[in-house]
Amino acid sequence: AKFRSVDENFFEELEEVLIESDVGYETAMQLSDSLRTEVKLRNAKSKNELQTAIVQKMVELYEAGGAGKNEELQVTETGSTTVYLFVGVNGAGKTTTVGKLAAKLHGAGKSVLLVAADTFRAGAVAQLVEWGKRVDVPVVRGKEQADPAAVVFDGVQRAKDENFDYVLIDTAGRLQNKVNLMNELEKIERTIKKVLPDQPTEVLLVVDGSTGQNALIQAKEFNETTKLTGLVLTKIDGSSKGGVVLAIRNEMQLPVKLVGLGEKVTDLAEFDAEKFAIGLFRGLM
Amino acid sequence: MAFENLSTRIQTALSGLRRKGKITQDDVNEATREIRLALLEADVNFKVVKDFVSAVKTRALGQEVMGSLTPGQQIIKIVDEELTKMMGETAVGLNKSPHIPTIIMMVGLQGTGKTTTAGKLANHLMKTEHARPLLIAADIYRPAAVDQLKVIGEQLSVPVYDEGTSATAETIVTNGLQVAEQNKNDYVIIDTAGRLEIDEQLMTELKNVKQIAHPDNILLVIDAMTGQVATQVAEGFDQSLDVTGVVLTKLDGDTRGGAALSIRAVTGKPIIFTGKGEKLTDLDNFYPDRMANRILGM
Ligand SMILES: Nc1nc2c(ncn2[C@@H]2O[C@H](COP(=O)(O)OP(=O)(O)OP(=O)(O)O)[C@@H](O)[C@H]2O)c(=O)[nH]1
Ligand SMILES: Nc1nc2c(ncn2[C@@H]2O[C@H](COP(=O)(O)OP(=O)(O)OP(=O)(O)O)[C@@H](O)[C@H]2O)c(=O)[nH]1
Ligand SMILES: [K+]
Ligand SMILES: [Mg+2]
Ligand SMILES: [Mg+2]
Repeated sequence: AKFRSVDENFFEELEEVLIESDVGYETAMQLSDSLRTEVKLRNAKSKNELQTAIVQKMVELYEAGGAGKNEELQVTETGSTTVYLFVGVNGAGKTTTVGKLAAKLHGAGKSVLLVAADTFRAGAVAQLVEWGKRVDVPVVRGKEQADPAAVVFDGVQRAKDENFDYVLIDTAGRLQNKVNLMNELEKIERTIKKVLPDQPTEVLLVVDGSTGQNALIQAKEFNETTKLTGLVLTKIDGSSKGGVVLAIRNEMQLPVKLVGLGEKVTDLAEFDAEKFAIGLFRGLM
Repeated sequence: MAFENLSTRIQTALSGLRRKGKITQDDVNEATREIRLALLEADVNFKVVKDFVSAVKTRALGQEVMGSLTPGQQIIKIVDEELTKMMGETAVGLNKSPHIPTIIMMVGLQGTGKTTTAGKLANHLMKTEHARPLLIAADIYRPAAVDQLKVIGEQLSVPVYDEGTSATAETIVTNGLQVAEQNKNDYVIIDTAGRLEIDEQLMTELKNVKQIAHPDNILLVIDAMTGQVATQVAEGFDQSLDVTGVVLTKLDGDTRGGAALSIRAVTGKPIIFTGKGEKLTDLDNFYPDRMANRILGM
C-alpha cells in the first residue's frame, strides 16, 4: 500500500513536470497515462528502473509519432542544388540557424549560398552578411526594401547557374496570423519552384524553445502556407525545455531536425530524442 | 488577437453559473476545474494557476458567495478581481528622474524585442513629451545589433551612441552617458544584448552597466508567446538586477498570453508597456484592469 501511494504521488509530480516543460495539458495527461501503464507493466520499483522505463517509453512515443517520416535533413541527388527555406515568428532564431548550418555544411566541403530574403527588419541583411563573413560563405542580397521574392529568385538562379550544393534562405520573422506576410511566404516558395521545380527540399519552422502552446498554432498555420518538413528548436541552452515539440509531433508528425544550443557558430546539433526526454525530467529524477 | 481564446474559455466555464440562484460545492469545483484548464492552456505558469484557483475556490465557497442572492454573478466578480490582482491593479508608468536624463535600460532573453522596443520608447517619448532621447548601442555580441539600432535611430531621427563592437558594454555606456550630458538629452535608452538569465558572465555585465548608469528604469522585455519558463526568467533577471517593470511584446499575435498573467504574480513587477507590432509606433500603455475585463468579456 505504501508503494502505491508513493507511486501516485510520483505520477502527479510527473504530470506537473511535464506541464512545466510546455508539453501542454493534454499531452501531459496522455504521456503520464502511458508512462503509468509502462511502469506497471515492467513492475519498475527503484528510481533507476523508473527513469529508464520512462525515458525509453518517451523515445518510443516520439518515434511512433513520426513513423515513416524523414528524421534528418534531406539532400537532393548529387549534382543538383538543395534548397532549405527557413520560416518562423519574429526573433525565433532563423538567421542565426542559417549562419550555423552554413558553417557546418561549408565545413563538410559543400558549397553554400545564403539568401537574405528578410528585406524588412532593420539590420536584418547586415546580420546575415555578417554571418556570411564569419563562416566564409557568399550572401545574395537585394536592394533596400526589395521584394523578398525577387531576392529569392536571384539567389536560387545564381545557385543553379553556379552549381551550388546548398541554398539556405533566411526569411523575415512573421506572426502566423498576419495574412499578408503569410502570402508573401507562399510567393517565396512559388519563386523557388520557378527556378528549381523540385525544391525546396526542406521547409523548416524555427521555434524558440521558450515558446508555450502558441508553437502548436505556429506549426499548423505555417504548414498551411508552406508545407513544413521539420522543426528547428532553438535556445534550449537556457532554462526552457521545448516540450511543445512533443505536442507538435503528436498532432502533426513533424520531426525536430536541428536544435540550437547557443549563439556561437558551433552551437547547432541534430535532435536526440533520448537526450531530450532526459532533459524534460531534469529536476524530477 | 491575444487573449481571445482564454477569454472564451473562462467565460464558458462561468456561463453555467451566471444565472444560478443556488450554488453547490460541485458547481464551484467544476467551474474552477475548467478555469484551471483554460489558464494552463494559455501558458499561465503552473504554480500561479494553482494559487489562483485555490484563492478563487476559497472565496467562492465562503460567505460572500453562499450568502449572496446572486451567487453566480458573485463568483464572476471574484474571478475578475483575482485576475486583476494577478496583473496588478492599476496602470504603472515609467520612473522619472528629478534631473535629466531619465535613464532606461532594456534587458531580456535573446530575440524578445529589446532593440525594437528601445526605438518604440524613443518614439513614444518624443510624441508624448517632446522628449530628446539618446539611444546607446551596448549590444556588442549579436551580429549587426549596432546596425539595427542605427537604422532605427535614422528612421526616428534620434541620435544613437555607438562604438562598434570592440569596446566593452561598460565603456560604451560610460561614454554614451557623457555625450547625453553634453547634449542635454532628457532620456537615455540603453539597448543591451539578449542573454539567458542563467548566464552568469553576461548577467555580471548587466550588473556593471547598472552600477555605472544608475538607471531609473530597468525594463525586462518578455515575448508574450513565452511558455511556463516566463516566471523563472523574470525571477532570474529580477534577482540579479531588481528590474522596475516589464514590457510584453508580440501581443499582435494569437497567443493566449499566459506570461502576462504569471509575471506580475511571481515578481510583483508591473507590466508597463505592450508591443503590438514591428512598427515603431506599435507600443501601448498597459491597463491591467482593462485586460482582466477583456478576458472576462466584461
Ligand atoms: N541562447 C541562444 N540564443 C540564440 C539561439 N539561436 C539564436 N539565438 C539568439 O536569438 C536572437 C534572435 O536570433 P535571430 O537569428 O536574429 O532570430 P530571427 O528568427 O532571425 O529573428 P527575426 O529575423 O527578427 O525574426 C539573437 O540574439 C540570437 O543570437 C540559441 O540556440 N541559443
Ligand atoms: N509582431 C511583433 N514583432 C515584434 C514586436 N517587437 C519586436 N518584434 C520583432 O521581434 C524580432 C526581434 O526583435 P529585436 O528587437 O531584434 O529583439 P531583441 O530582444 O533586441 O533581440 P536580441 O538583441 O537578439 O536579443 C524582430 O523581428 C522584431 O521586428 C512586436 O510587438 N510584435
Ligand atoms: K522569443
Ligand atoms: Mg532574422
Ligand atoms: Mg537586440
